[in-house]
Amino acid sequence: MTDWSGYLNLILQGAMVTVQLTVMGAALALVMAFVAGLGRLSRFVAIRCLATAYIEFFRGTSGFVQLFFAYFVLPLAGVTLTPLQAGVLVLGLNVGAYGAEVVRGAIRSIGREQYEACTALNLGRWQGMRHVILPQALLIMLPTFGNNAIELLKATSVVSLISLADLTFQAQVVRSQTGSTLMPFATILLIYFILALIIAWGVRTLERRLARGLDGVRV
Amino acid sequence: MQVMPGEKLALIGPSGSGKTTILRILMTLEKIDGGHIQVDGEQLYHMERNGQLMPADERHLAKMRQKIGMVFQLFNLFPHKCVIDNVTLAPMLTKGVTRVAAEKRAMELLDMVGLADKAKAMPAQLSGGQKQRVAIARALALSPKIMLFDEITSALDPELVEEVLNVMRKLAAETDMTMLLVTHEMGFAHDFADRVLFFDRGRIFEEGKPDEIFRHPKQERTQSFLKKIIAAGHRV
Repeated sequence: MTDWSGYLNLILQGAMVTVQLTVMGAALALVMAFVAGLGRLSRFVAIRCLATAYIEFFRGTSGFVQLFFAYFVLPLAGVTLTPLQAGVLVLGLNVGAYGAEVVRGAIRSIGREQYEACTALNLGRWQGMRHVILPQALLIMLPTFGNNAIELLKATSVVSLISLADLTFQAQVVRSQTGSTLMPFATILLIYFILALIIAWGVRTLERRLARGLDGVRV
Repeated sequence: MQVMPGEKLALIGPSGSGKTTILRILMTLEKIDGGHIQVDGEQLYHMERNGQLMPADERHLAKMRQKIGMVFQLFNLFPHKCVIDNVTLAPMLTKGVTRVAAEKRAMELLDMVGLADKAKAMPAQLSGGQKQRVAIARALALSPKIMLFDEITSALDPELVEEVLNVMRKLAAETDMTMLLVTHEMGFAHDFADRVLFFDRGRIFEEGKPDEIFRHPKQERTQSFLKKIIAAGHRV
């Protein structure tokens, strides 16, 4: 009979790394989503092109390869990243590219009459965006952002391939040390699931809070 | 077409005749293909540089927009902001008014339109007539010299039209703002306006004092338009 508590501890350490990656990756993804999403709506062609190039590149190439590139190829160009840095960078940029399209779509979905009200009230482009358009668009972005965050969580498992000791990595360790496959993988399956539930719940709460008052029923 | 300071102008005519377009051009919501518009002694879409007229830049437009306010057919309130925040947002952002001063002015305006008790309500909790009165207060908060009203009662249930028109009457009586009103409320246009313009197919077809236009229209097209409107149940 194997003593599981030590191995469980190992897996929980892995869970911490996964959470860390998810949180930091999501933060970077959020920033990139807004930068590139707004960039695609810019008045300036150069900025639009730049944003489009970023989005299409990161959506159109394998995240797995991007990670290997960041970790193994960039050092050849003199940029050396720790596994965590490489993981956060690639996950953030990757999910941010998807998020950018969410941001753009949500902003575009706000009716023309809101923009016209901004003009009639003499708000500047950025003032209108910041105070009128974005707060309304945010509510439309949230459900898809929730999806993206869960995708991000699950995509973190790819970093085990550059020897970052996340959940999946630790499960492999436990498997090789104990020879058991069911126990480690069933455990991390459950942990991934619980983490995803937490994200889903957080996003729903945020959504409810932002929607308050908009439908005229709840205040 | 000329409008005098303080004049109350009603623009009437069939849909697609260009009356709303005139307002939208004045509010810089449409681009013009040609011609010149002067507002308060200054070119709206052009600016003078070294004695020459050139197309206006965003800064010039922003300066000119300060003179003009607009109320829309569908209110265009900001649904995520409560009533008073709808009214205070633009003065605070564009004129640097402090929150305290902006809220004081907003409460005066909301009181004027009879909605002081709804200051903290969300737009979705209001009736159409109430929303439109908030929209009027919001436009007035910037103290424009010229107010544009684009079919502001057309989207309202019939029983809510009067509360908005009452605010308009009050406004006309208490201020010397120039007002341009696009409307299908002929009875109201008759009482409210100093002058009525009848639009058809993008042109001003006939203009004159309300009595002339409504009682003794000269043009056949004006007559037939008014006949149709009356048949549709609008009072004159």
